[in-house]
Amino acid sequence: MAKVVAVIASTHHPFYYRASRSVGDERPPFADEWVAKIERFRETLTRARPDVLVMVGSDHFHQLWLDNMPQFLVGKAPVYDANWYNEEREFGLPRFRLEGHEELSSHILRGGLDSGFDLAFSNELRIDHSVTCPIITLRPEADLPIVPIYTNIFAPPLPQPKRFVELGRQIRALVEFWPSDQRVAIIGTGHLSLELGGPRQFGPHGPDPEFDRKAVEWIASGDVEGCLAEVTLDSLHAPGNATHGFMDFMLMMGAAGDGVRADHVDSLDLFHTMEAYFTWYPEGAPA
Amino acid sequence: MSKYLVDKFLFTIDRDPDLVERYREDPDGTVAWWEETQANRILGCIDDERSTWLAFTDEERTALRDHDHVALFEMGAHPFLTLTLFIAMFERDHDEPLAYQKAYGEALAHLSLPYPDITT
Repeated sequence: MAKVVAVIASTHHPFYYRASRSVGDERPPFADEWVAKIERFRETLTRARPDVLVMVGSDHFHQLWLDNMPQFLVGKAPVYDANWYNEEREFGLPRFRLEGHEELSSHILRGGLDSGFDLAFSNELRIDHSVTCPIITLRPEADLPIVPIYTNIFAPPLPQPKRFVELGRQIRALVEFWPSDQRVAIIGTGHLSLELGGPRQFGPHGPDPEFDRKAVEWIASGDVEGCLAEVTLDSLHAPGNATHGFMDFMLMMGAAGDGVRADHVDSLDLFHTMEAYFTWYPEGAPA
Repeated sequence: MSKYLVDKFLFTIDRDPDLVERYREDPDGTVAWWEETQANRILGCIDDERSTWLAFTDEERTALRDHDHVALFEMGAHPFLTLTLFIAMFERDHDEPLAYQKAYGEALAHLSLPYPDITT
């Protein structure tokens, strides 16, 4: 059976690419520290020697639209082109072309459908920065095949937080039952407290540092129960109007396992939003 | 009230570089053209198989013509769509980094939780 060699949860900050490459007067004062943290984070994936990446993210109204909106969608295609004009425009992100892994996509789709998740699928998916940001930070070579999984954290009505946790658990179980000798990393990105297009946006910190502190602790300690006891679709409005992206972190907590402490935990308090990085090694830390 | 149609306007303009410029320079003309020819297009369908029922309310049309992001927020337009498009149109008019984004937030400072519902 396949091995889950790493479970990784991260924020996806579209400004990292530009900040990390900027020089001279253009380089923000926090860039060096940010790059150092990302390089340590990247090493946690490199050490796990993955062959395939399952990548959980959320389309930001790029390909998925309100006339036909899936809640959970699995990409099943041989190739994924990536990034969009408005992401090049606003964030300076480069375009990518990533190889897919149709066999693992099929396995997750079939297994999900047979276990209570009526997953949507796409045979032609152009992916966005929720997936390419972690490629840039964790695997800039972009040389591994991927299975993209999109969740709806963006266009209400949304699925319940509990459903994200359950899907994370199921993805983990399905990968572990995949008859293959491949080494799989499951990587998902979301947000801590975040406000976009509202009065609390672009402040000196994230809109709710207290939520961020609690969220990092829930994730780092694998406290699924504590997190689910406090987080509801309604409660997530309070820390910031885009904080429903935290549910992708909850999905990754499900993938990592209840009560399982992360092997790597790091964060960076930036303007606008806090960055946070977590890695678990289900097979034990690699040498 | 058609939050969906307002969002559809923001979505279809934001993804097209020519339309971003056109909406910046000629908001009245762009909104009129869009409502007349685009509002009922089903994305992914041929023109002949369009919808027959979508139109802006006066309030929505005015907010879009006035580039009024505060009114759009107050009527429950999706804040990500509005923000992204407005940064594309107006950040260039500000020298200081993030000055436009901060002013955009300050213009909404009178709003408190719960924010207007964005459910479509």
